[in-house]
Amino acid sequence: MQVLIPTPLQSYTGAAQVEAEGTTLDALLDDLDRRYPGMRFRLVDEQGRTRAHMRIFVNGKSVFDLTRVLEAHDEVAIVQALSGG
Amino acid sequence: MQGETTILVATRKGAWIFRGDPAREHWRADGPHFLGHIIHHMVLDPRDGRTLLAAASTGHLGPTIFRSTDLGASWSEAARPPAFARADDGAGRAVGQVFWLTPAHANEPHAWYAGTSPQGLFRSDDDGDTWRPFSCINDDPDYRRWMGTVQDGTPDGPKLHSIIVDPRDPKHLYFAMSGGGVHESTDGGETFSPLLEGLDVVEGFVRSDPTFHDPHCVRMCPTNPDRLYQQNHCGIYRLDRPASRWQRIGRAMPAEVGDVGFPMVVHPRDADTAWVFPMDGRDVWPRTSPDGRPAVYATQDAGASWQRLDQGMPREQAWWTVKRQAMCADAHDPVGLYFGTTSGELWASVDEGAHWRCIARHLPEIYAVEAAHTAWVRRCRY
Repeated sequence: MQVLIPTPLQSYTGAAQVEAEGTTLDALLDDLDRRYPGMRFRLVDEQGRTRAHMRIFVNGKSVFDLTRVLEAHDEVAIVQALSGG
Repeated sequence: MQGETTILVATRKGAWIFRGDPAREHWRADGPHFLGHIIHHMVLDPRDGRTLLAAASTGHLGPTIFRSTDLGASWSEAARPPAFARADDGAGRAVGQVFWLTPAHANEPHAWYAGTSPQGLFRSDDDGDTWRPFSCINDDPDYRRWMGTVQDGTPDGPKLHSIIVDPRDPKHLYFAMSGGGVHESTDGGETFSPLLEGLDVVEGFVRSDPTFHDPHCVRMCPTNPDRLYQQNHCGIYRLDRPASRWQRIGRAMPAEVGDVGFPMVVHPRDADTAWVFPMDGRDVWPRTSPDGRPAVYATQDAGASWQRLDQGMPREQAWWTVKRQAMCADAHDPVGLYFGTTSGELWASVDEGAHWRCIARHLPEIYAVEAAHTAWVRRCRY
């Protein structure tokens, strides 16, 4: 499925939209990390929590539970809430 | 040693590498590297003169470590940056920033140590590519209590810092925590124990409890590894091993200046000489140069007396802050000293602090300044 990548993570992907696979959100992030090593740890910490100010949307809805099941036609967007100076 | 000197400057918005000519007169800025990243520390491996590690994060992305083997011409990212062990209940800690980097012993050419916030100790055995946690610190109930939580630490998070390796013995280690005290290991980090005797704490708190100790910077003298100097939240100290009682040498500082500050710098060849950059620790702790008159203070008698060194610095209305990693010495004769301010100025002295000049301004907030000798960059233009 297509995954929307925010600009701070495009140094890993080289593109704003990339292809990845996974039957859950967790598996999708693992697949992204296989394709783009190091990327997962920048947005999910070692305890499996999405980092502060990082959000993952599935079909337009914010999802925090990485066990969320994904279907092939789902649209996944990783978004960073830029703030501060 | 009169080779080229390189100053590694880590800032809140990226990193810069300043390359000096042999006279340390002219400096060429190389940067920014990682513009927009928070770089907490950047260190060149003195064992190979090639490997450069930079501890990085951003305001939003998780922490990582970047590695270079060509002094910053190209970088790669660590395959497994420092991370705490995963807790089954999901309540475990997560590294927010890698704060401190120290190359391991000369006989362990690929090993490094890292200190983090929240406070944790980590080691790499492959030039910083992958890192493993020290569970004896990171998961020990006593250490977890002593290091406290975000609520107990410095405003942007408690720091594990000042990781020191005894050049005579790779298994002899020290580190410090703000807060949580100074700790020593003689078995390569399998066990640590506090080293607090003689250190003051804020009035009303218990000296014997590591929780209340706030070392700001601890340094070992290269030519006398039995001697440690420490800049603490509560004074300047010296410890001569095997004794275990710190001596408050800051009491010899002028009373109107006090003995509070962040950095501690030791002479590369003279264990009786050290430098500090005092800050205002009165009432609400401005942590700026006392009375807006910045100065370095030097001792040449192991802390029995101190001399003010401010030639070339502003005489008034200069409210500088110099953080614990933001002051260093090179290995030349005479020694060069360098410090960076939170207002983005880089200052240098080529005569052991007698005279100072600003060699760069308008940088972002400076977090760390490290001097490195890199004879192999002679081909560089200045």
